[in-house]
Amino acid sequence: MSPRSDTPKGRRLMPTAIIRPMKMIRLQRLVCAVAFLLPLAPLSSARAALTIEIIGSGATQFPVAVVPFRAEGGLAQPVTPVIASDLARSGLFRTVDSGGLNPLPHEPQDLNYPVWRARGADAVVIGTISPLSDGRYDVRFRLMDVSKQTQLAGFAYTASAAQLRLTAHRIADVIYETLTGAKGVFSTRVAYIVKKGKRYELQVADADGYGAQTVRWSDEPILSPTWSPDGSRLAYVSLERKKPVVYVQSLTTGKYQAVANYWGSNSAPAWSPDGKILAVVLSKEGGSQIYFINSEGKGEPRRMTFTSAIDTEPNFSPDGSLMLFTSDRGGSPQIYGMPVTGGEARRVTFEGSYNVSPRFSPDGKSFTFIQRSGGRFNVAVQDLTTRQVQVLTDGVIDESPSFAPNGRMILYATEVRGRGVLSAVSSDGRVKQRLTEEAGDVREPAWGPYPK
Amino acid sequence: MNRLLTATVIVFLLALAGCAATPSEQAGAAVEDRGKPVGPPGPVPAKPDTGAKPLVDKPIGAAALKDPSNILSRRSVYFDFDSNLVKDEFRPLVTAHARYLQQNPGTKMRIEGNADERGSREYNIALGQRRSEAVKQMMQLLGARPDQIESVSFGEEKPRAMGHDEAAWAENRRADIVYQGE
Repeated sequence: MSPRSDTPKGRRLMPTAIIRPMKMIRLQRLVCAVAFLLPLAPLSSARAALTIEIIGSGATQFPVAVVPFRAEGGLAQPVTPVIASDLARSGLFRTVDSGGLNPLPHEPQDLNYPVWRARGADAVVIGTISPLSDGRYDVRFRLMDVSKQTQLAGFAYTASAAQLRLTAHRIADVIYETLTGAKGVFSTRVAYIVKKGKRYELQVADADGYGAQTVRWSDEPILSPTWSPDGSRLAYVSLERKKPVVYVQSLTTGKYQAVANYWGSNSAPAWSPDGKILAVVLSKEGGSQIYFINSEGKGEPRRMTFTSAIDTEPNFSPDGSLMLFTSDRGGSPQIYGMPVTGGEARRVTFEGSYNVSPRFSPDGKSFTFIQRSGGRFNVAVQDLTTRQVQVLTDGVIDESPSFAPNGRMILYATEVRGRGVLSAVSSDGRVKQRLTEEAGDVREPAWGPYPK
Repeated sequence: MNRLLTATVIVFLLALAGCAATPSEQAGAAVEDRGKPVGPPGPVPAKPDTGAKPLVDKPIGAAALKDPSNILSRRSVYFDFDSNLVKDEFRPLVTAHARYLQQNPGTKMRIEGNADERGSREYNIALGQRRSEAVKQMMQLLGARPDQIESVSFGEEKPRAMGHDEAAWAENRRADIVYQGE
């Protein structure tokens, strides 16, 4: 894919009210994903290919005003609309009108707090953008508490023009984390499959739907995309050889290789947390059984399940010690867990006759899955300790649930009026988003990890 | 006994029952179907030129695979919901293809299993795989070598019928026979 911007480096801004020399502390040495700068494989870089609308919002919404940054107006990529859009899209924020003031506040001393209180804002985001001599920009922002009139957070970034959008996402992440306590996922990416007529495209886009790029395309189906834990590779299944084969593709070079093309069908790849192993489902010895293979395809597969049933959809726990999977060894498809060292599997789902597609939450304490009930297939979450199940969606055919890396949202595929769309729901079921692709049916989403 | 084992036993018993029928019964049925006998390859003895049709069995050539009046041109086995049992009505078809493989030891095929659209895509890959393997197992019992047949699955990914009703789902619960080179 074409180069994704190098992550901009941020440094904390001390609140200006403190009387001491302002120290620019290099707070995070963000690892430079140099590989992303290499010119790469396919294809088109689009505008928002995915359109995202909010259908449901959180129980409480934090009112925040995002004031256009100083000198932002002339830029090809303004920053504050992206920040405001990110916050609103999370369903946890209500953006308060930030216009109509002349001059607009850009520094803490510019702020007229009673005005913001009157507008109902609990926090205000202000900032500046200044061009630097090397053609890059200094972008700095402060998040101010309206009632206490203090700074809640502040950072400065050095970013090229191409990195401005990602910088906006980083700022939204800081605001989100400061006000909700959870890490933001605005800087992450999602992978999904788009079917346009007879053509299948594996696409990767920013979490807000922008910058969608096709990393693989085919006239035969592609399914089950899944991110390596470090976000550098995707594993997926392609039917281009007239049988299911598992591929691994580098997102930095665009190169792909078949890592499992054994006799019969090869599918359902899942990465171990260290990225070295892929669990896959092979039919080389008959039936559908789970094997571990080296993620570069080297060596021989190690068989993990030994039944004459269907054992499929493996998924590793975040600490790498357990594997959940779907099995109909008991007569109907249910979810089982077993240690990755091998051994006995324990059944974990007991409600109803069809529970499939398990995916661990990032904290390893629960998992999302698809439950069929009354003829409908819906996204549910089960707590591994209490076994309590919460059904989060009410579509007819919901499938492929995938957690955001902060565990707060679940992305899944569904159908609306006959079209394949993606949807996202918060883990408490309240926030709902719908993601549509204007040119085709979308399916098989996979939420990527935090960027390095 | 789990479902797969039960199905395998039933298939085996049906195959045995088929084998117990006398060859002439099978040939007779075949003639009714296709107007051509199926039998082991053998020499064609010289006959006086009377213009009458030869009475001995002829080996089936590759043209039969595409001949619409030949059962070998039919390639699809359909399954009931949640089932991978090869129903009686498809036994002649599976038998014909198995015999063809037996008579042509260098010939290979792929059996492509499919599932209807309901449910998880990966679970449906596995359901399709079960169906293609059920057909392969039956062919092996009827004389095909296992290395002549690669059973694979398309799950719900390549439906033949695009509807969202039982008629479409029934059409998509299917295993297709594809010969190498087709």
